[in-house]
Amino acid sequence: MTSENILQVEDVTLSFGGTTVLDRVGFDVRAGEIRAIIGPNGAGKTSMLNCISGFYRPQGGRLLFGGEHDLAGGKRAAQLGIARTFQNIGLYNYLSALDNLMAARHIHMRQNMLASALFWGYARKEEARHRAVVEELIDFLEIAHIRKTMVGALPYGLRKRVELGRALALEPKLLLLDEPMAGMNAEEKEDMARFILDIHTRRGVTIVLVEHDMTLVMDIADRIVVLDFGTKIADGVPDAIRQDPEVIRAYLGQAS
Amino acid sequence: MAMLRPAGDFDRSYEQDMALLRQPWHYWLLGFSLLAAFTLPLWGDAYLVATANQIAYTIIAVQGLNILTGYTGQISLSQAAFMLVGGYASALLVIHAGLSFFVALPLAALAAGAIGLIFGLTSLRVKGFYLAFATLAAQFIIPWLSRHTFKEYLGGANGAIEVPLPQLGTVNFGEVSSYFYISLVVLLITTALLFNISRTRLGRAFVSIRDNDLAAELLGVNLFTYKLRAFFIAAMLAGLAGAIKAHSQRGVGTEFGYSLNESILYLGMLVIGGLGTNLGPFLGVAFIVLLEDLSDLLGGVLAAAFPELSGQLLTSFRPIFFGLALMLFLIYEPRGLAHRWQLLRAGWRLRPFAR
Ligand SMILES: Nc1ncnc2c1ncn2[C@@H]1O[C@H](COP(=O)(O)OP(=O)(O)O)[C@@H](O)[C@H]1O
Ligand SMILES: [Mg+2]
Repeated sequence: MTSENILQVEDVTLSFGGTTVLDRVGFDVRAGEIRAIIGPNGAGKTSMLNCISGFYRPQGGRLLFGGEHDLAGGKRAAQLGIARTFQNIGLYNYLSALDNLMAARHIHMRQNMLASALFWGYARKEEARHRAVVEELIDFLEIAHIRKTMVGALPYGLRKRVELGRALALEPKLLLLDEPMAGMNAEEKEDMARFILDIHTRRGVTIVLVEHDMTLVMDIADRIVVLDFGTKIADGVPDAIRQDPEVIRAYLGQAS
Repeated sequence: MAMLRPAGDFDRSYEQDMALLRQPWHYWLLGFSLLAAFTLPLWGDAYLVATANQIAYTIIAVQGLNILTGYTGQISLSQAAFMLVGGYASALLVIHAGLSFFVALPLAALAAGAIGLIFGLTSLRVKGFYLAFATLAAQFIIPWLSRHTFKEYLGGANGAIEVPLPQLGTVNFGEVSSYFYISLVVLLITTALLFNISRTRLGRAFVSIRDNDLAAELLGVNLFTYKLRAFFIAAMLAGLAGAIKAHSQRGVGTEFGYSLNESILYLGMLVIGGLGTNLGPFLGVAFIVLLEDLSDLLGGVLAAAFPELSGQLLTSFRPIFFGLALMLFLIYEPRGLAHRWQLLRAGWRLRPFAR
């Protein structure tokens, strides 16, 4: 393990009552790269993200973050600097886009219960300060026009974008994106790809990108892990993955 | 729904954007409402003032429930029991510790909050339907304890003890026309505090637990401690309301209500007013109290017409009307009167283009 690895996944095994969802999967994520995890439906991609974000506790293996913190089953992902989006969007539907992002500033804020209730002095300044941070993100993601709209009422593509904004508002070192482009039209996909690249280059965030659609990932990922039925069948740069016979076989069995 | 604001209404700072009052008419509306409320004992008759007093302290209890159920999404059927705690705590502190009511009041809130924490702890492992049932424990245990333990203090089988009237210097709050001001001022304070909570870190944490507890946890909100905070605040406000109610009724105990019926009534008020909105408790409580008046009136008229049935007629209309109103709201406006009000306002902004 080298120090430039922000995440080290070692032999992670996860099963639910007899069915093995991840079988001794291991890979690393280097600081500053876009690392993709691809694979057919049900391959275990989301489960892998759930392990990294501490939501699932794998039965075997280790997940080391920053070379020291074991993530398995921990609830500290946010504090360590790991943020994620969900495949099915996990926004706070009755909050505005703005408040969804503000909610993700939670761990960066210090005001206690009483300060919140009194909204005086420190709390007031703190709210305004974090509002400025969030507004910068809102501009970046071009969602200023819907900042006060309840997100539940937004169209799908915009909700995906707000969710990305919420994850960024945590100021993560590592950003986990679960099929950020699924269900989008071509134009929305392009926008999303542009945002992901910008987050990576301009903000220096390391990204683990889960995608079902292989072609899109090939364009933006630095390295790719391919999962199939819970096992890793390939790992490498896009050009190598494209020609990998195992990968072709796994994907040929599928429509996409 | 987008927040519509008139053209030309700009904010020059984020603090300004977060402000409650931003338009001249906001100040006018608030000023006028406050004026009307504070002069009520001058122009209203005793019955009206007594009703307003009841509405005021009931709103405080429902505001508490709103934090727990409306904002945090934890259904509770025990708000009345925590009012009972507050009522007894304040009464006992005044009677036996010789404290002034105005000192006993915040202490009663804390006492109820502490009891709320204890029951909150036991309820934290369950969600939704099961949580509603778990909170029933408090609603059964607390009134039972008040009847069966410490009988010399809590009144035992009488189900009631006498509660003295507040006194502040030479001012005596014996009349509802003066007592009303206590309820009103406390309500104004709780309203301001709750408004602040709803627009700051604490309120966002509550709502994030309600809307998506999994995401909230992954974003660093400690579900356990934040749910406990919600239980604490809810019980504290119930305690405040209970203390005010006890001193205004000059008695506290199970004879004065505080049963599951009341807890359900508060939940219904909140649903009708609008869960998770600051306006909801005001609208819901006012609506139900007025509806109760209406049903009493109707019951009275019918009882006079059919004297042989008067026993049933006088008592049956409240629950019928309440049940009916609740059902209609759940079907046609599950987001409550507060949502109606927002739609109306948006329509006014968009005139003449509103549908
Ligand atoms: N909580 C769970 N309980 C039972 N089975 C699960 C659970 N989570 C995932 N699985 C199973 O694990 C497999 C992989 O799922 P998932 O990780 O969502 O795949 P992908 O994201 O690659 O489409 C599926 O067969 C799914 O049914
Ligand atoms: Mg998936």
